[in-house]
Parts: sequence; C-alpha cells; structure tokens
Amino acid sequence: MSSALLHLIVRDLRRAWIGGGALLPVAFFLLVAILFPFAIGPDAKLLARVGGGVLWAAALLAALIPIERLVAPDLASGVIDQLLARGQSASTIACAKLVAHWLAFAPPILVAALPAAALLDLSTNTLVRVEIGLLIGTPGLAALALATGALVAGLRGAGAIAGLLLLPLAVPLLIFGAGSLDGGVGALKLLAAVSLVLVAGAPFVAGAAIRAGLD
Amino acid sequence: MTLIAFDAVTCVRGGRALFEGLSFALEQGGAALVTGPNGIGKSSLIRLAAGLLAPAAGCIIDDVPRALLTDQASLDEELPLARALAFWARLDGVAGDVAAALDALALSDLADIPVRLLSTGQRRRAAIARVIASGAPLWLLDEPANGLDKMALGLLETTIATHRASGGAVLVASHTPITLPDVIAIDLSQHLPLLERAI
Repeated sequence: MSSALLHLIVRDLRRAWIGGGALLPVAFFLLVAILFPFAIGPDAKLLARVGGGVLWAAALLAALIPIERLVAPDLASGVIDQLLARGQSASTIACAKLVAHWLAFAPPILVAALPAAALLDLSTNTLVRVEIGLLIGTPGLAALALATGALVAGLRGAGAIAGLLLLPLAVPLLIFGAGSLDGGVGALKLLAAVSLVLVAGAPFVAGAAIRAGLD
Repeated sequence: MTLIAFDAVTCVRGGRALFEGLSFALEQGGAALVTGPNGIGKSSLIRLAAGLLAPAAGCIIDDVPRALLTDQASLDEELPLARALAFWARLDGVAGDVAAALDALALSDLADIPVRLLSTGQRRRAAIARVIASGAPLWLLDEPANGLDKMALGLLETTIATHRASGGAVLVASHTPITLPDVIAIDLSQHLPLLERAI
C-alpha cells in the first residue's frame, strides 16, 4: 500500500516537471513580484515595507496556475478509474497527489522568493520571515489547489471557477502569513493551524469530489 | 472458485434505470459476453464490476484483483510504451511481465516508441497488454475489439483463451462479434426495467 502511494507520488512529480509544468507557477510568482515595483514606483523604502505582503499575494496567485492539471487530466485519461479499480481509495489517490503537488510547487517558490526579495529590496529579516511563513503555508495552499482541482475537474472554464473558489478560502493563509511578517510568533502558529486543517481535510474533499464525478 | 458474482443487480445512472435483476456468476476459467444495443448499459455493467459504480439494488461479490479495459488506454503519453506499461505492472506488483504482455499483442517492436505516437489500434493493443501484465485473475473488458484489425482480434482471442486456461475469468462487453467458447451470454435487453418492457 505505502509502496503504491510512493509510486504514485513519483509519477505525479515526474509529470509535473516534464514540459515545464512545475516552472510555470514560479515564472508567474516572479512576474507578479516584478510588476509591483513598476506599479508602485522605485521608492525603495515603500517597496521594502509592502514587499513581504506582495510575495504572499504572488504565492497565492501562483498557486492557481497548476490547478487544472492536478486532477482533470488523470480523470480524462482513465488513470483514476484504473487506480480505483485496483482498490485504491479516492482519498489515498488524493493524498498522493497532494504530496506530489507540494513537492513540485513549494520548493521552487521558496527558491524564487530569493530573487523576488532582492527585486523588492527586502531586508534579510523580512526575507527569513517570508520563507518560514511560506514553508508553513504552502502545504495549505497545495491542499486548497488540489481540492479545488478535483471539484472543478471536467467543468468548462474550470480555471476561472477554480480561482473564484480558491482565493476566498486562501484568505486566512494570506492574513496570518502576512501577519507573521511583523515578527509575531502568534501569527505563525495560526498560519500553521490553518495550513494543518487544509492539509488534513483536502484529501477527503478531493476524494469525495472524484467519487461524485464517477456517476 | 467464483471470481465474481452479480446477484439481482439493478443499475441506475442519472436517475434512469438501465437494467434490473441481473444475476450471473463467473467461475475460474469462465467467460461472460455482455451484448445489447448502444446505450443499454454494457459499459455501466463493466464499471459496476470494477467497483467504479455502486449497484442501486442487489449485490456484487468479488474479492480477487481485477484488470479493467475501458475506452481509454490510461498510459502516460510521454513515456515509451514499455515504461508506461511498467508503471501499472509495478503498481500491481509484477514487474517482470511487461515483455511477455507486449509479445502477446505483437507490440515488442514498439516498446521504445512514446505512447503519444501510437495509432488507435496500437493504443488498443497496448491497453490490452496492460490488462495482461496486471496478472489479475479477473479481466473486465469493455469493447476490447474496437479499433482492432483481424490479426489483432485473433491475438486478443488467443490471449483470452490462454488466460482462461490458466484459471482466469473474463467479463466482456462487446457489440462486435468476438469468438469465445463456452461463454455465458448476457443479453441486457432481457433485463430492461419492468416499465420499459411493458412499453
């Protein structure tokens, strides 16, 4: 069972990287970080003050990019049917997808935050807080993306609906993530709590959505 | 030993009853051929047997591993055929059987070709090879003859015969003729819901 899970994770991870699928969110993340200085102007002090929040908003937007390729392609190609017919539960499949998605999504974003922080002239202190916050918050973002991906799989215009579904639910992550930039440990703890709830719930939501889509 | 048994199964999809009171059992070495016009519920029957749908009434008893063939090949498009098949074989815990399965469907020459370059018929044969490589005793084949040429159909029939001889069973849904000796014929038009039969 656990080897099957590992096998699925490796496959999903490989598929995320081929064709640059895992690089698109990073490119989007960097693009948002580059656009802000253009919009706000070259005031280094102002940029340094809002920069941490900008990176959080950018991470949230980047989380939208991979949604459509998380569940829908495997439903369309019958891969999920094959897994279910082998007795894997829909939540187990979703669990594997969640782990694989986080592994493909979070590390590149964490790395990309370094050049993005340089562009926004963030202090080392703020950068460290952003990185810690993202490390804690990205599992929650990945979980939301997976659950949303499973819910909208097969719909026309899935991408736009996915955005409308995910972004409001991601607001707590944004509030506590950006809140932790002031140096408060409390916000980090709340961020971790929100992230944990999302990670614990998402496989079941996604599993139920996959099951419901079978009939 | 019974590999799968349907007991008075009723299938409802989208609020409409497709068939009801369907009972049959498949023993080791057995085969059942589901026939009937389009839309009568042949594919739904296969999906019920695969555990992808739940029966609205009655019960389905099966506790052996099953291999499912649907209209999708479910092979990763970017991988060479042999590696795409190996993914499923490894998941089923029988990594060695891919070469034999490719050979049985005359696909050995295509082992290194990416799945996305395969033709419809080759894709179909690859999907059948996936079923063989699974090592599962129960095969559920939905329209296995679709897209196959005469030679490939012969290979399919030989493959099914070999599988049955080694104690496996097959449940086949097909609207095209396929030669299966000693087959249990399931004509779904005999199991229409009472209301529709009255009309």
